[in-house]
Amino acid sequence: MKLLWRLYRRELALAWNGGGGPLLSVGFYAAVATLVPLALGPSPERLAATAPGLAWVALALASLLSLERLFERDFEDGALDLIALSPTPLEAVAAVKCLAQWTAVGAPLSLAAPLAAVALGASPSLAPLILACAAAGGLAFAFVGGTGAALALGSRRGGLLIAVVVLPLLTPPVIFGGGAIDAFAAHLPWRSGLLLLIAYALAAGGLAPLAMAAACRNAQS
Amino acid sequence: MLTALANPHRFMAFSRWAAPLLGAAAAAFLAAGLWLGLAAPEDYQQGTTVRIMFVHVPAAWAAMAAYACLGGASFFALVFRHALADAAAAAAAPLGAGFTLMALVTGSLWGRPMWGAWWVWDARLTSVLVLFLLFVAYIALRSAIDDEVKAGRAAAILALVGLINLPVIKFSVDWWNSLHQGESIFRAGGPTIAAVFLIPLVLMGAGYLLAFGALWMERTRAEVWRRRSQALAARAAFR
Repeated sequence: MKLLWRLYRRELALAWNGGGGPLLSVGFYAAVATLVPLALGPSPERLAATAPGLAWVALALASLLSLERLFERDFEDGALDLIALSPTPLEAVAAVKCLAQWTAVGAPLSLAAPLAAVALGASPSLAPLILACAAAGGLAFAFVGGTGAALALGSRRGGLLIAVVVLPLLTPPVIFGGGAIDAFAAHLPWRSGLLLLIAYALAAGGLAPLAMAAACRNAQS
Repeated sequence: MLTALANPHRFMAFSRWAAPLLGAAAAAFLAAGLWLGLAAPEDYQQGTTVRIMFVHVPAAWAAMAAYACLGGASFFALVFRHALADAAAAAAAPLGAGFTLMALVTGSLWGRPMWGAWWVWDARLTSVLVLFLLFVAYIALRSAIDDEVKAGRAAAILALVGLINLPVIKFSVDWWNSLHQGESIFRAGGPTIAAVFLIPLVLMGAGYLLAFGALWMERTRAEVWRRRSQALAARAAFR
């Protein structure tokens, strides 16, 4: 447990300080959100109708950005081999890495998501739900994205490959979160979407570490 | 049966005859299905465009069957480290992508006269599109890693992860109440489709699945030959 806590602090420090950390992802997110009105035109009605969905999709994209270094860094400098030699199971290590990734990138992004949505014209009453969806969805994005990152170990063009592998798997959380936000905006029952999103995030948190550990062992062998 | 065929020599001996036989059976079923399909009366609502169903629906069945086969082969390749299962998985993925693309294209051609749009963002279309993207991701991952053994195992893990997507396809149909026609064949209380349409549809479905089986076997053979010739070339280079 102590080992895992130390690993978490290490991962968090690396994700927070190395390679721009949350600033990079939030900056990317802000830039995408800025381009949206430039592409769609500044008409407030049109922006307001699309704002929550766009904020949500941009979030999924922004959470892909820093995945490439999640396992690759430790794989290249041999730290992953040392970690694999320790008595801690690789599954737990992978889960801790994803949690640290979520803390460093997903949590700041989920704070930025309601801001972006409201700035684009979404009703401020949506903000708490968008925050909740972004936090739960970010957890799913981190675990599913971590799976893609582990699978792409040792490949050429890792970053692009991770996006191609991960994006199709992100459809369910994007549907559930988008559905919940849409339903809330239309004054329909929205709880089921949020609950399904949380269920997906929890299932990903339980299952993805198995796939990540298998992928890491495969790349190391 | 399956364990006997797991031996590559026995598989090669068996598939040498089985693949052309399956192909011939597929051609027979497809010919009969097409004949009956073209002879079927026009639908009272959809007119003659209902015939697109006979090429569209079986393509979607074959695409899902291909993913199930890919997942099954990947499981055996990953858990039992079986080389032939890995070759079979490698052979199944492009076929599945082809059938999925076919389902998407014929569905789009059918959607234009029926819904007035080439593409409608409803649950089932979207999930078939996601299925296509999963096949693409599998092929991309497999070809991006140079070491073939590692590429095969990484791709197998991805295939198993993606297998979770198949139930989600079914589930999303229910969750996203949509334009697309609901389930009318496999449901409690029997099919709600008239026999004149059902019989050619079932024949075409059998034909598509047999064609997939024949092509899959043939492609697996080709993959085994490719590996054998690669091994021979490597051996010759060291001599």
